[in-house]
Amino acid sequence: MTSKFERLSVTRRRFLAGSALGGLAVATGGIAAPRLARAADAPAVKVGIIHPVTGGVSYSGTQGRAGAMMAVDDINAAGGIKSLGGAKLDALLADAQSKADVGAAQIEKYNDAGVSAVVGGYASFICLATTQAAAKHGIPYVVDVGTDDRIVKAGLKNTFRFSPGYGVFVETAIRTLNEINTAAGKPAKTAVIVHEGSAFGAGTAALLQKNLGGIGINVLEVMKHPTPNLDFNNIVLRIKAANPDLVIPADYYNEYVLLARTMQQQKVKPKAIFSVLGGAASQYKFVKDFPEAAAYIMDCNHWYNPHKEAAQVLRKKTEAKGLYYTYEVFLNYEAVMLLADAIERAASTDRAKIIDALTNSSWAGHFMPYGPTRFENGQNTGARAVNLQVLDNDIKVILPAEFANAKPVFPRPV
Amino acid sequence: MVEAAIIVPAILNGLITGAVYALVAVGLTLIYGVLHIINFAHGALLMVALYGVYFLHALGGVDPYLALPIMIPAMFVLGYLLQRFVIGRASHGKDENVMLVTLGLAIVIENLALYLWSSDTRTIDTPYGFSTVDFGVALIAVPKLIAFAGALLLTLALWALMRWTDLGKAIRAVAKERRGAALVGIDIEHLYAMSFGIGIACLGAAACLLLPSYYASPHIGSAFVLIAFTIVVLGGMGSFVGALVGGLIIGVTESVGGLFLGDSLGQLGVFLIFIAVLLFRPTGLFGQKA
Repeated sequence: MTSKFERLSVTRRRFLAGSALGGLAVATGGIAAPRLARAADAPAVKVGIIHPVTGGVSYSGTQGRAGAMMAVDDINAAGGIKSLGGAKLDALLADAQSKADVGAAQIEKYNDAGVSAVVGGYASFICLATTQAAAKHGIPYVVDVGTDDRIVKAGLKNTFRFSPGYGVFVETAIRTLNEINTAAGKPAKTAVIVHEGSAFGAGTAALLQKNLGGIGINVLEVMKHPTPNLDFNNIVLRIKAANPDLVIPADYYNEYVLLARTMQQQKVKPKAIFSVLGGAASQYKFVKDFPEAAAYIMDCNHWYNPHKEAAQVLRKKTEAKGLYYTYEVFLNYEAVMLLADAIERAASTDRAKIIDALTNSSWAGHFMPYGPTRFENGQNTGARAVNLQVLDNDIKVILPAEFANAKPVFPRPV
Repeated sequence: MVEAAIIVPAILNGLITGAVYALVAVGLTLIYGVLHIINFAHGALLMVALYGVYFLHALGGVDPYLALPIMIPAMFVLGYLLQRFVIGRASHGKDENVMLVTLGLAIVIENLALYLWSSDTRTIDTPYGFSTVDFGVALIAVPKLIAFAGALLLTLALWALMRWTDLGKAIRAVAKERRGAALVGIDIEHLYAMSFGIGIACLGAAACLLLPSYYASPHIGSAFVLIAFTIVVLGGMGSFVGALVGGLIIGVTESVGGLFLGDSLGQLGVFLIFIAVLLFRPTGLFGQKA
């Protein structure tokens, strides 16, 4: 019987580079000696790229890994880290298996392998464990997604999050919902919240319920359901009976899609479907598969600045690989880019120097709809959430106005 | 607050969902009840069938209902081969081995699916996917109505097969008295594989009827199969009518329970009924005494 730890793997990216053995390497590989082609005199900078590529959240993890690898490839193709004589980034890939303890164990392996920094984690519960493990060894850690605000409130000097946290999302969602509603003459007075039962859904629902009253929206009913939930007919019947102006789902992808499809089937048409970090609302896959069910759905989520050329270039590149351009992809791309900028300025592979460079980062080379980059206790204070809406079979930014490429359509046309 | 006006549609929805559950349960009841094989791989094989229907639609443009004549024989062959060359061989005739082998198969199949097709959710869009029929009190989705009718027909067909054909008689003979059946010249191994094949073929049919309103993902099977096990025990092991009636009861209980207790607790009623049946009628509603 192999112990759990022996089966953990940190795989070198070259195994995965298009080779048919890619998947096998994930399962069997160990840490191999760096052998990548690189500039003659500059030793590569080892960077750990960790995601849950198997287990419950593997779809998101796989998307995240793809985004991070595209950044590594772009950096290396552009000549690597110039202040280190053109040193290439050497990505060590690890699978957190959708488990916090596995993630933490992978960090120990990274430490033994001598990485200069780590990027990734994806899920909050993984990030909470990996950032702490990395802090023990003073390894700089850039969180890619992990929206739980406890990640940056643990006082860890090594942890940096470029993207916004949970608190920002709920605050932005309530504020922009009020803005949209007020601009339309306040047609929305009532809402029903539908949420899945775990921390994400229950947490979001509780926060929304607390804050919606403040903007004059009365919550008629809160409907909780398990994940997976195979049938939404009952919930939709109850929505129909309650007849709210807004339906606010806090669900993962599958349930979100089933709910929206059932609402369409049962001809339940509230003035808007509005969600916070909605499981499907900001997914091109949903818009493509079920354009009618997805139409006019609004969501407060991570997004890129649609006016930046680089964001569109990455979208094309992602789609050329047969992948959907999801937030995991561009957030990871930007997380690696942020780190590369810090290594460039640190001009060193030393962990402490990279942490210093990240702490003082004012990186502006990104394509996110953010304010100026500045880290306070590891959180980028410039990070923003945006409001999106599915319009013309595409996902458009409707607020804040400076990044918008469409105007909100509310209430939705009947 | 629950209003009377939504109870009737909730019961209707429950009946429809129950028939869908029954679809998955009929194959299981054949394998579980007749052959006494606890097939833990049932959910994983349902998932394989769902992917089969998905790929036929995505790559070949085959409508899920037209895929029925392809999926039923394909899944039958898969089931036959699995029982004949994997489960039968590895079990050495011991029930506890069968349990472990099917459990192992489930793990291998699910992870293989995860590797080959990723954990991405696959859905198909059909022209009738969002069509509904207005029953006055409720709107019922067309794919679900078709699944309902399909479940009834499938159960009827299986019942007729077991009752009137030589194959059905032979299967019943093997189930009742294995050694006796062998003595009168019935090929036991072949019949075990045939029964397993028929049970899995039901999943092929179920997948065609399910995909227009559900989705395929590597873990979808487990969502159905726990309920299917409950239905098999509730209806009586090996009884097709029991599986159908059990499915309908479970569907309605879940639906109405969900209405009063919230969807998270809706299944509470299902398991209360389950415990009551085990206490007062351990052979199930339509089961015969062993």
